[in-house]
Amino acid sequence: MASIPVEHGLILAALLFALGLIGVLTRRNIVFVLMSLEVMLNASGLAFIVAASRWGHAEGQVMFLMILTLAAAEVAVGLGLIIQMYRRFHTVDINVLSQMKG
Amino acid sequence: MLDLIWLLPTFPLLGFLSLVLTSGNLPKKAVAVIGAGSIGMSFLVAAIIAAQFIASGDDYFVIEVWTWMSVGEFSPGFAFYLDGLSLVMMLIISGVGFLIHLYSTGFMLDDPSYSRFFSYMNLFVASMLMLVLADNLVLLYLGWEGVGLCSYLLIGFWYENPANGYAARKAFITTRVGDTSMAIGLFLLFTQLGTLNIQDMLHAAETQWPVGSGLAVAASLLLLGGAVGKSAQLPLQTWLPDAMAGPTPISALIHAATMVTAGVYLIARTHILFELAPNVQLLVAWIGLITLLMAGFTAMTQHDIKRILAYSTVSQIGYMFLGLGVGAYSASVFHLMTHAFFKALLFLGAGTVILSLHHEHDIFKMGGKRKQLPIAFASFLIGSLALAAFPFTSGYFSKDEILIGALEMDGPGIWLWAGGVLGAFFTGIYSFRLVFVVFFGESKAHHDEKEVAGFSMATPLIILMVLALFGGLISIPVDSVFNHGGEHEEHHISALMHGIMIVVPLLGIGVSYLFYMSKTFSIENLMSSSLAKSLHKFWFSGWGMDALYQFLFVNPFLFLARINKNDLIDSFYSGIVALTRTANGLVARAQTGQLRWYVMTVIGGVVLIVCLGVLL
Amino acid sequence: MIILFYLAGAVALISTVAVILQSNIVHALIYLILSLLAVAVVFYTLGAPFAAVLEAIVYAGAIMVLFLFVIMMLNLGKFSVDQEKSWTSGRVMLVPAIMSAILLAQLINVLRNYEHSIDVVEVGVLEVSALLFGPYVLAVELASILLLAGLVSAYHLAKK
Repeated sequence: MASIPVEHGLILAALLFALGLIGVLTRRNIVFVLMSLEVMLNASGLAFIVAASRWGHAEGQVMFLMILTLAAAEVAVGLGLIIQMYRRFHTVDINVLSQMKG
Repeated sequence: MLDLIWLLPTFPLLGFLSLVLTSGNLPKKAVAVIGAGSIGMSFLVAAIIAAQFIASGDDYFVIEVWTWMSVGEFSPGFAFYLDGLSLVMMLIISGVGFLIHLYSTGFMLDDPSYSRFFSYMNLFVASMLMLVLADNLVLLYLGWEGVGLCSYLLIGFWYENPANGYAARKAFITTRVGDTSMAIGLFLLFTQLGTLNIQDMLHAAETQWPVGSGLAVAASLLLLGGAVGKSAQLPLQTWLPDAMAGPTPISALIHAATMVTAGVYLIARTHILFELAPNVQLLVAWIGLITLLMAGFTAMTQHDIKRILAYSTVSQIGYMFLGLGVGAYSASVFHLMTHAFFKALLFLGAGTVILSLHHEHDIFKMGGKRKQLPIAFASFLIGSLALAAFPFTSGYFSKDEILIGALEMDGPGIWLWAGGVLGAFFTGIYSFRLVFVVFFGESKAHHDEKEVAGFSMATPLIILMVLALFGGLISIPVDSVFNHGGEHEEHHISALMHGIMIVVPLLGIGVSYLFYMSKTFSIENLMSSSLAKSLHKFWFSGWGMDALYQFLFVNPFLFLARINKNDLIDSFYSGIVALTRTANGLVARAQTGQLRWYVMTVIGGVVLIVCLGVLL
Repeated sequence: MIILFYLAGAVALISTVAVILQSNIVHALIYLILSLLAVAVVFYTLGAPFAAVLEAIVYAGAIMVLFLFVIMMLNLGKFSVDQEKSWTSGRVMLVPAIMSAILLAQLINVLRNYEHSIDVVEVGVLEVSALLFGPYVLAVELASILLLAGLVSAYHLAKK
């Protein structure tokens, strides 16, 4: 079969990760922040899959499954929090949440 | 039975422990039984021991219960030494102490801190018994500090009022000055004589130090410092009048009958040391004389019933010091005993007056109370007669002996005698001024109050009345302690001198009668001149001693404290504080509360770490 | 296959860029689904069909639908699009972009010397399952507990 350079797969993961990071840092809408987080999680899952195919092993896929589970749980809780926030503050702007100011 | 002498301080100590460990959860009846009962048991044991000791005819009896500590050669123990002197002291403390405890069960009945009161009282009696029975100076010092602590706790017993706390601190710190001097004296004795066992130490001093040697002078001066602090003599007398802030039974027990006489006991106990330093002994006499005269003047000007009694206590202890100074030790100890009787009687009577009149202290707001407060009147009358040395009361015998002792002394003896007689004149004036103002004349206020004197309060008063009247007939077995084998001297005093000593106190009472009873002379006329006014003010303030000490010690100390407030070490620590606060402010500014800012810092950290990973 | 890999990668990147630049939240979500599906294709080309299938079903399917539901519940509408536009200006993007660029440069720098080709071998469901229910069974249990906790807390939080 054809061969793909492993660093290309990893660079793809790194690019996706960096894009997700930019999203987290720039967006003020908390739904976007959560979506960007999903992108980042997905990128790390991709890195595991790439590593798994490099060695032809299944462990990487198992780890991807764990990340998938984590993402699912995180999204469920995160969305619940967003709903709560929207009920309390009637906005999705995360700058409103500055109670932790020292 | 003599072996059981250790039971004496143990009973009150057990009482103290059981009251403290139950922390006020016992019913008042139980507290009263434990508090007064433990002292009663002590008195019972003391009485049995006294009977056996006198029957045995021994000069002294020593028992070591256990070794306290052992450091090389030095091993002071819990050892008790019983001779005539400590026998008398032990009987006074446990006997008068028991009567006052009994009185307190009634007097303090309405106080919420009933149990705390009795626990302190019991601890006090335990410490005081330890003090007088101690075989070595270390154990004596333990008791000495123990009674000081209890005095502090009990003066400040009603601690809700800051003034009481101030009085307690004043008493504690002032006596501390004396205690420090005494501690240094103990160090000196130990380093020079190698022992702190009192009898061994005295023997060693007698054989090693010639009369008038520098070491003897220094040691006796240092011990005298401790004694004047505890016994409220010049120059450390200022704390005693303020100590009246405590409950009245405390004033009776600690600040009249027992603790303040500890100084007298100390000097009597170590009188051999003082005889090695005749100048210091003479100083003791002069201190006593000056104190008794100053306190006499002040007592004549006071309004507060308890302060009058406090100054009279200072004055009477002055007599004891005078007696010690002229070598009339047994007379001093005798006066100590009779004073314990009649002053306890006066204070407890004053307590009855104060309690009955709803904590009224000002004698000029009383007046004509003899029908209203019959028991208190009887107490005051008998107590004042004894205090003024009315012939054939207890005070007459003891004061007489002291004055005769002064007269027998060569040199300044006649002056000391004259001063003492003058003091007796003042005593007559101020003691009967109190009686006439409070119990005769017109009733000025408090017309309707009934006398508060239940069984528990009346019984001790009646017993003390009997003792104050006839206590002078008791002969105390202290000859073997003070007359080291010498012959007992007979008094050779002319009838004229005897007559003067009898008449002068009566003159004092007469003057008091003319001023306060028949109003033949008016106080207002006497007080009209400005000189008299300023003199009155001066005496009223206790010869301005408080102001003097404020000026001499307190203000310089405060000044030093103020200029030392910003010293180098402090600024080092405040520098640390300032640095921490600044750093805290900086870090706090990083806490913006903005979620994206936090993410940014996390990413910044990651970038930094990866950077380091790449570079290194 | 190689071409498919690069193609899918390019689609994933472009659609992700669209996600973070979009103002309309529903559009952004659709782009995200596209990105996830593209990543699923990448998985497939890397010889992980099971992961690809799960990516499509769980990620692109279930999770994104969850997002969609929430967006519908919030009912943000036209107003929020304008708001988003005002919130995402170039100036705001600058510092995070630089930061991410540095991080990316570092990552690529690390990966640069690592040259190895993948001989794509298909690792199917069987191997993965054998691992999951063999040595990793404890991890599976833990994951299920995590999901349960997520379920309970999401229910609790979203409750009125």
